[in-house]
Amino acid sequence: MADFLLAAAGFVLATVAMGLFRILRGPGDDDRIMAAQLLSTGGIAALLLLAAAMSVPAAVDVALILAVLAAFITVAFVKGAPRSEADRA
Amino acid sequence: MSLALDALTILAVSTGAFFFLAGTVGLLRFPDALSRLHTLTKADNLGLGLIVLGLLLQVEGPFAALKLIAVWLLTLLAGATVAQLIARTARPGGRPV
Repeated sequence: MADFLLAAAGFVLATVAMGLFRILRGPGDDDRIMAAQLLSTGGIAALLLLAAAMSVPAAVDVALILAVLAAFITVAFVKGAPRSEADRA
Repeated sequence: MSLALDALTILAVSTGAFFFLAGTVGLLRFPDALSRLHTLTKADNLGLGLIVLGLLLQVEGPFAALKLIAVWLLTLLAGATVAQLIARTARPGGRPV
């Protein structure tokens, strides 16, 4: 069982890492923040799988913190990104 | 009994991993920002939800199970909020908040 969970964690991480190409290509900042969001969710999933596979309960706490921080990333982006010309009018 | 639980875990975790794959493919292949956002929320909610469901069957003790559910609920809440916020900025001409 542990082997399967470990393999699943690796698969999810590899999959989500491919999403980083979207950060490279853009085109907009929205797309880049979406790829970062997917990476953070995938990181949470991988941490949970690792916690179960290797019997490290503390990894669940790390996943919990990552879940909180992931929300803040995007809120900070939406609040802090430079406004477009259309909005200033 | 344990065998059945293991089989259910494998099923749920595999399905969750598939949703992550689908989310990534959608993020890379879909033509515009709003449809990419649509696949992202599927990966967030269903992918992580199914993986948590699979792990719930392996967990020992109610406290650890509650913690797993808390992670999922937090991600659901954050995902729903964040999807609305990103959609507002991604909409052509729209940039309120």
